[in-house]
Amino acid sequence: MNVDQRYRWVYKPVVFVACLVPIALLLSRGFGLFGQSLGPDPIKFTLHWIGKTALNILMITLLVTPVRYLAGWPHVVRIRRMLGLFAFTYALLHFLVYIVLDQELDFGGLLEDIAKRPYITVGFAALLILIPLAITSTNKMMRRLGRRWQTLHRWVYAAAILGVVHYYWQVKRDVREPLIYAGILAILLGYRLVRRLRKPKPARAATSPSGSATAPERT
Amino acid sequence: MARSPSTKLLPSEITPPEVFFSRRQAIAAALAAGVVGLAHADEPQPAAGKLQYSRNPQYSTKETPNSFEDITGYNNFYEFGTDKSDPKANAQEFRAHPWSVTVDGEAEVKGTFTLEDIMKPHALEERIYRFRCVEAWSMVVPWLGFPLADLVSRFKPTSKARYVQFTTLYDPKQMPGQRFRVLDWPYVEGLRMDEAMHPLAMMVVGVYGQTLPNQNGAPLRLIVPWKYGFKSVKSIVKISFVERQPRTAWNVATPHEYGFYANVNPAVDHPRWSQAKERRIGGGFLAKRIDTLPFNGYANEVASLYKGMDLTKFF
Repeated sequence: MNVDQRYRWVYKPVVFVACLVPIALLLSRGFGLFGQSLGPDPIKFTLHWIGKTALNILMITLLVTPVRYLAGWPHVVRIRRMLGLFAFTYALLHFLVYIVLDQELDFGGLLEDIAKRPYITVGFAALLILIPLAITSTNKMMRRLGRRWQTLHRWVYAAAILGVVHYYWQVKRDVREPLIYAGILAILLGYRLVRRLRKPKPARAATSPSGSATAPERT
Repeated sequence: MARSPSTKLLPSEITPPEVFFSRRQAIAAALAAGVVGLAHADEPQPAAGKLQYSRNPQYSTKETPNSFEDITGYNNFYEFGTDKSDPKANAQEFRAHPWSVTVDGEAEVKGTFTLEDIMKPHALEERIYRFRCVEAWSMVVPWLGFPLADLVSRFKPTSKARYVQFTTLYDPKQMPGQRFRVLDWPYVEGLRMDEAMHPLAMMVVGVYGQTLPNQNGAPLRLIVPWKYGFKSVKSIVKISFVERQPRTAWNVATPHEYGFYANVNPAVDHPRWSQAKERRIGGGFLAKRIDTLPFNGYANEVASLYKGMDLTKFF
């Protein structure tokens, strides 16, 4: 198999299935398989489980570029779009669980939450940011937007930061886990910053989109 | 206990605790024999099992109590970890017997008392109380215990005693959650004297007719049903009568989020979430959020304690 075939028939299907594992685990708990359960507060459990999955996949999405350069795998970028779309899907699902199951479609309460509760404000903002990124993730949009595509998709950094802040502010007191996420995100974004600063200026100016850190590759 | 025939069946009677616990005891005994039996064989065993008690319908809600599993498997007890499943997972090795409680401060009777000394004069009663966590979930729990006021009176607090302060055991070896400073250990809570003397305030030693499980604050804890759950301090080793308002654990941790009073109040939001509603645990995916009541539904009994106080300021 050549690279194209390996991505098409092996890597991408594997990543696709892996991204469905969290939802499968959740369902297996929900249906009580292997004596598992969603615990005494299944709504909260589901909400947190899906939210954390969204954050996890978003982090993995941001890991693609560092892996691409550090491991020297130029083609790994081909799985990035799928990861990003899964992160968005889980974020959207997290939001739906929140409004449908947790808030019981109380839209007044939802608006109040968004306005009054900073952790919900930033979480909602992160979701809003991801929407145009998901919409413009197609090859067609990529071609149409050209260089602007890349500028637009750098907003994913903002979404990730807001996502981690959302988690940090939501936690009652034990912030150890949110801080781990913050640390990982700092490394992921720090890598990009260092790479950018290190790159000699003229070279950067001459680089085509495909040579820069976040360039889209046809997938 | 003799009772006249009644059509009103208390929910706690549906599953006879005897039946429920005989299984648990068998399992626990088997585990103890296999795992810890050798180590503790000649040490005094807790007075485990059933407690003698009477029911107190006057102070009990008619609502359906949560299951034993939910009450003992889903709660906050940061000494054993910050996840709500941690207490059950990490408290099983905890030794709640023998136990003693030190009484000090502005009182005539002071000293260190064994748990048996503490409990001896008091007849145990079951009260089914609503329990409202500050995290906006709630349960209904059949606690066993006696009025805090009766215990306080025994120590004859002096006129200088304006507050009573409770301290939880500090023992990081047994309480793994204390190895990390999530809170400023040991956990301290307190009540104003008139709150402590209120008949609803309760010293608890059991639940569902049974000795309190470790994860619920064995062997001795407080229950103040009109306040958020974190006021109801667990595994108490010290009771101090003091002149000044105690520096309570959550209040010290984040004073703008957790006040000293912590009365359940739907009108005063937690800075990060609403307190207007709560989710009653046990309803599964269909659990509807219900309105939170002022003073957790005990306003008729306790609202007068706070007459003239601005409850948005003294939250």
